[in-house]
Amino acid sequence: MVDFFFTHPLGILLLTVGKALLILVPLLISVAMMTLAERKILAAIQLRRGPNVVGPFGLFQPFADAIKMFMKETIVPTGANRILFLMAPMLTFALAMIAWAVIPVGDGLAIADINVGILYLFAVSSLGVYGIIIAGWASNSKYPFLGAMRSAAQMVSYEVSMGFVIVTVLLCVGSLNLNAIVKAQETVWFVIPLFPMAIIFFISTLAETNRSPFDLPEGESEIVAGFFVEYSSMSFALFFLGEYANMFLMAAMTTILFLGGWLAPFGIEPFTWIPGPIWFVLKICGVMFLFVWVRATFPRYRYDQLMRLGWKVFLPFSLFYLVLVAGVLLAMGWLPKAV
Amino acid sequence: MAFLDRTARSLLLSELVGGMALTMKYFFKKKVTINYPYERQALSPRFRGEHALRRYPNGEERCIACKLCEAVCPAQAITIEAEPRDDGSRRTTRYDIDMTKCIYCGLCEEACPVDAIVEGPNLEYATETREELLYDKAKLMENGDRWEPAIAARLEQDAPYR
Repeated sequence: MVDFFFTHPLGILLLTVGKALLILVPLLISVAMMTLAERKILAAIQLRRGPNVVGPFGLFQPFADAIKMFMKETIVPTGANRILFLMAPMLTFALAMIAWAVIPVGDGLAIADINVGILYLFAVSSLGVYGIIIAGWASNSKYPFLGAMRSAAQMVSYEVSMGFVIVTVLLCVGSLNLNAIVKAQETVWFVIPLFPMAIIFFISTLAETNRSPFDLPEGESEIVAGFFVEYSSMSFALFFLGEYANMFLMAAMTTILFLGGWLAPFGIEPFTWIPGPIWFVLKICGVMFLFVWVRATFPRYRYDQLMRLGWKVFLPFSLFYLVLVAGVLLAMGWLPKAV
Repeated sequence: MAFLDRTARSLLLSELVGGMALTMKYFFKKKVTINYPYERQALSPRFRGEHALRRYPNGEERCIACKLCEAVCPAQAITIEAEPRDDGSRRTTRYDIDMTKCIYCGLCEEACPVDAIVEGPNLEYATETREELLYDKAKLMENGDRWEPAIAARLEQDAPYR
């Protein structure tokens, strides 16, 4: 019976689908819950209570929202390119989902434990910009187009410094395998020796996911809602889900690169009793809370300030720090053995 | 020195951290939301809500059809028709308030010499159709009968300041 799942083609297919569902279903539920959590946290910071009517503590609010979205009509503007217009949200959503294939939630617990995991993640998150550009272009309308242009420029700018941060981490690990990256942090989480890099990475993920204070692509006060102005009902909901799933992905990346993935803090007794996947989820929740906390605190950046921060502050700084880390590793003979 | 100070501040993100500390402080503060249908704010005795026509304790209606309220109403929401009753007293045959026109200024209440028309404490009388908001005399008298205890208590509370 067990052989069936590993040898027969149908068995392998079933096993893969099962694994995918095992990660996607909790992911989608947590995305739904995140929309509620975000509203609750924002409300708390603004001395409000947030949604509390649908179900206990408003816990069913996301489902009410989903039902509302389903009931609405999908409007395709007359001037829009129909195929691309409908493809864009699906692309965004699908890209946010497929990235999770390589995320290890526990020791070796990834759907695909490939040895270029971080490269795959980086590639997929870069592809995310296509969904937004296609949406902006296919809408054939002013605001979406402006939003898409902004988003493209912003994501490309911040990926550069993100790349340098990832390279710095890779220098300390000596492998692109996500499992190996987490394992390399058994002695100390990278957030401690590479603290400035962790901060830069976190701020870059804010820009990468178009989150406030870098939410210029959807800057409500100047371009209404940016690239998804023309979207309604489920096509809008798909964008929304994709965006939040991307946030989770970025939180997972931060966790894996800097916060020791599924490892318990300090690797000491009471903490190690809790299984790894739970630690992983807890850390992601912590980073997600930080996302919302930042949103509640800071106003939106001006566009030139955003570009200045990306190209004139983060890029030189991360480049300098990369050289510094490489130099220290070489001088002290701390280079990882696996290289 | 000022340059160093500024650079250190911006590199250490001191202002950003300070801002986030402030929002975190607010996160744990007591919330100001009043959970409306279940919790309510206190209403002032002078609150101007839904209108009502009052009666004297013996059951006689107060309104003497002087039409002062109709005259003073800035939104012209009140329509009154009157003729003498069988016992010779002057009474309204029609007393309509168009609640969609009313601006809740309270001038009718102030103009009334016999405290007949008042704006009571009720603020929850939303309707599903517009027509239900065109109040006639029967509706206003019914309001008066229903809200009389509350209206009387509020008039008494406010009397020292009138």
